[in-house]
Amino acid sequence: MTMNHKGRSTRAGEAGPPMPHQTFTGNKALDMEEPLIFEIGHMDNCGVDLDEPMDFVPRLGSHMRTEPVDLPALSEPETMRHYVRLSRNNYAIDAGLYPLGSCTMKHNPRLNEKLARLPGFADIHPLQPISTVPGAFELISELADWLMELTGTNAVAMSPKAGAHGEQCGMMAIKHAIEAKGEERSIVLVPESAHGTNPATAALVGYKVVAIPAKSDGTVSVDAVIEKIQAHEGQVAALMLTNPNTCGLFEPEVIEIAKAIHEAGGYFYCDGANFNAIVGKAKPGDLGIDAMHINLHKTFSTPHGGGGPGSGPVVLSDRLAPYAPLPFIRKNGEELEIVETKDQLKEGELPFGRMTAFFGQMGMYVRALSYIQSHGSDGLMQASEDAVINANYVRVGLQDLMSLPYGERPCMHEVLFDDTFLKDTGVSTLDFAKAMIDEGYHPMTMYFPLVVSGAMLIEPTESESRASLDLFIATLRDLVMSAKAGEKDRFEGAPFMSPRRRLDETTAARKPVLKWVAPEPTRVEPELA
Amino acid sequence: MRYLPLSDNDRADMLARIGVSSIDELFADIPQAVRLEELTNLPRRKTEMQVERQLTAMANKNVSAGSLPFFVGAGAYKHHVPATVDHLIQRSEFLTSYTPYQPEITQGTLQALFEFQTQVANLTGMEVANASMYDGSTGTAEAVLMAHRITRKKKAVLSGGLHPQYREVVEGVSAKLPGAFVHSLLADPMGTEDILAQIDDDTSCVVVQSPSFYGQLIDLRPIAEKAHAHKALLIAVFTEVVSLGLLESPGAQGADIVVGEGQSLGNPLTFGGPYVGLFATRQKYVRNMPGRICGETVDAEGKRGFVLTLSTREQHIRRDKATSNICTNSGLCSLAFSIHMTLLGGKGLQRLARINHMNATALADTLGKVEGVEVLNSAFFNEFTIRTPKKADDVIESLAAKGVLGGVPVSRLDKSGGDIDNLIVVASTEVNTDEDRAAYAQALKEVLA
Repeated sequence: MTMNHKGRSTRAGEAGPPMPHQTFTGNKALDMEEPLIFEIGHMDNCGVDLDEPMDFVPRLGSHMRTEPVDLPALSEPETMRHYVRLSRNNYAIDAGLYPLGSCTMKHNPRLNEKLARLPGFADIHPLQPISTVPGAFELISELADWLMELTGTNAVAMSPKAGAHGEQCGMMAIKHAIEAKGEERSIVLVPESAHGTNPATAALVGYKVVAIPAKSDGTVSVDAVIEKIQAHEGQVAALMLTNPNTCGLFEPEVIEIAKAIHEAGGYFYCDGANFNAIVGKAKPGDLGIDAMHINLHKTFSTPHGGGGPGSGPVVLSDRLAPYAPLPFIRKNGEELEIVETKDQLKEGELPFGRMTAFFGQMGMYVRALSYIQSHGSDGLMQASEDAVINANYVRVGLQDLMSLPYGERPCMHEVLFDDTFLKDTGVSTLDFAKAMIDEGYHPMTMYFPLVVSGAMLIEPTESESRASLDLFIATLRDLVMSAKAGEKDRFEGAPFMSPRRRLDETTAARKPVLKWVAPEPTRVEPELA
Repeated sequence: MRYLPLSDNDRADMLARIGVSSIDELFADIPQAVRLEELTNLPRRKTEMQVERQLTAMANKNVSAGSLPFFVGAGAYKHHVPATVDHLIQRSEFLTSYTPYQPEITQGTLQALFEFQTQVANLTGMEVANASMYDGSTGTAEAVLMAHRITRKKKAVLSGGLHPQYREVVEGVSAKLPGAFVHSLLADPMGTEDILAQIDDDTSCVVVQSPSFYGQLIDLRPIAEKAHAHKALLIAVFTEVVSLGLLESPGAQGADIVVGEGQSLGNPLTFGGPYVGLFATRQKYVRNMPGRICGETVDAEGKRGFVLTLSTREQHIRRDKATSNICTNSGLCSLAFSIHMTLLGGKGLQRLARINHMNATALADTLGKVEGVEVLNSAFFNEFTIRTPKKADDVIESLAAKGVLGGVPVSRLDKSGGDIDNLIVVASTEVNTDEDRAAYAQALKEVLA
């Protein structure tokens, strides 16, 4: 019998006899099956009480709908039960360690939720008179000040709606700046280890992507950058580099790289997805960046919400600041002027356009500022240090059993393993990660970055206690020993105990079923006499 | 610090276990010249009470929509959201979960997305919908790029009834693409522009908003016909999703891509974001669609389950060949939308839409009686445009001083001048009462006197 260090049984079935029978409902006590709303809803019911409209003469012209809206309703108690049951099939940071590398799944303080719901923030309209919302601009301006100070920059475009949208904003500013100089450049350099959004963004903005290979130690060398710059002389518009990078390492030559790209007339776009490692430890502006987005939903803890909403303000160097998109806040001493349209521009303000309607993700700004104020300068720095300590603690707890592609060196806020340690076990990275689910953990980021074989990228964040990390390390050690001992049953086809087993993704993609369609009534053949 | 579980003892022990003598060794890769010892110029940590006090003081400086007669729309609408919605989206399991990359333990999010997609598809009269965009404006820009991919043409024709800021977003994104061209028509308050004459064989797509930015309802059928005759796509845009409860769906009128703002259902105004972009299209175009898509499948035991699918369109697989760079979208806002839609159902949505329309017609009648005020739209839903004898921005400021937020001066967004300077876009939803309307009319009378 295998026990973890807390003495808890770690093997299925050892807690007692297996389930004696299939249940009638398909439920397993608290683990309940829940149909779709279309299967349990009512076409003639409603979960909202609305007054009966009075008689009036419609003014819809010829545009009136003649068909009913084909959507069922649930009453309020049914709605509550439906979504509560669904929610219980989700893993969440509030329920357990969520070590998704590069995703920064940290604690989401509820103070932030409370403040974002104050009527003075949640119940204000983006186009009500500016004179009626001074507090909104004060908040945006204070958050902007923090972001500029923490990054060592003098400008920030607040409106981008998520990280990738921030990338797009930064790259559009770069393209605009290059055009303003009367130049044409067609190439953006992106390391192989980059997030997929980097090359996708470069292409979206109309650039050709040239990949830079990583060095054998997982970082990018200035020589490799210079080589590509020389191979495409005069054509390189920008370099997009994540720092700390997706291997969990700070790029040691980043200052030289910035210098090289600047000397070639290009710009340095920094992907700030991993900013959580260095807040208060270094300012990206001091490293020579021209633009960097900050994922408020990572570094500053606005919740991920099962896939957003995010928020991706972009800090800009002085060279790019004039091209920041509309709208922006112009500061005259203590006075805030809101610039929404081109006719309000002053000399030297050359916005490339607009990223979105209105002012961006106000609800996320409130949460982020609440988080930042709570931490303060000292707490933010401590959070980064703790994130790095935790990642390294996991590293040393596992490095003798799992394999580090770049040797036993310190990492930043996330630690990257490859699948060398699984060689000849018949267990893949996927199997290994899926077996973690049965142990009550969300898997780490898998098969990313692409530069190492079978990558496993673990980011514990600063939110984990030492006890939590000890149990996590012990669990992974037990899994590794199990794999090495040839206990393939624990891995093949895992997870076994989750609300669903492995899902058939191939069929999902080949024969896509993307919405619910009422089943055809079954035809009953008349019985022959 | 209350959010950090490690104690100083933990830190010391853990550093020892890691095998370094100080925290600085872990940051040794940061060049010494730029490494910080501390953050100067910035305040230190605050207690929960202090933060609450400071941010509440900022919030209290703002005039909230619920505190006075409120008629502001133009792309974001004040509706009543049932308390159930906000409770459910704050369930830890929804709020603090990531994008559902591990479907075995994220069926909650995935099933909700599948239901959301079905609701959006049925509501818009389309065959498929994605799992959300950031908002209506960015969704519209993505729709234009999608049309360019499908038609292999690069000219977009934008109606003068399109929200001016949506137009700016489309122009900005397209301007960076080689060869792309945006033909934007002039402001069209009454829906009288001749957009058909602008469609030719070079046209990739026609973008038409109905109800328009000015509130005018537009017949999409002839535009769809002309577009299709020139192998162009019709992109139908809406900013008020409640209108679909009462209006013929864009899908039924021949739209190829339907994109809109879903904020009205489930989501508060929040000064413009986060919102939720709705995006639907025809089955045949699904592989060109941007964004996440959730699909039905079965698990190893044959049980129905849901997964993110068709991901070979996406950035994490296709990198620079992806249909879009979007990654994080509007998950929790789409959940709020879906819960509100579930509570309403089709029948409830129709009734809600009818109440909105009733209130808007009552407001139009009331304001139309104020001397000098003219209601411009022949057919509208819950929003319309009025012309006043004075400049609209002055009128709106004067109304605000009298405690009425009376709408949006068109000149705040569109600076083309002339007649536009006297136009106000006015919205009315179920939240408005007879007293609100009377207060508006009285204040307007005084302002114009």
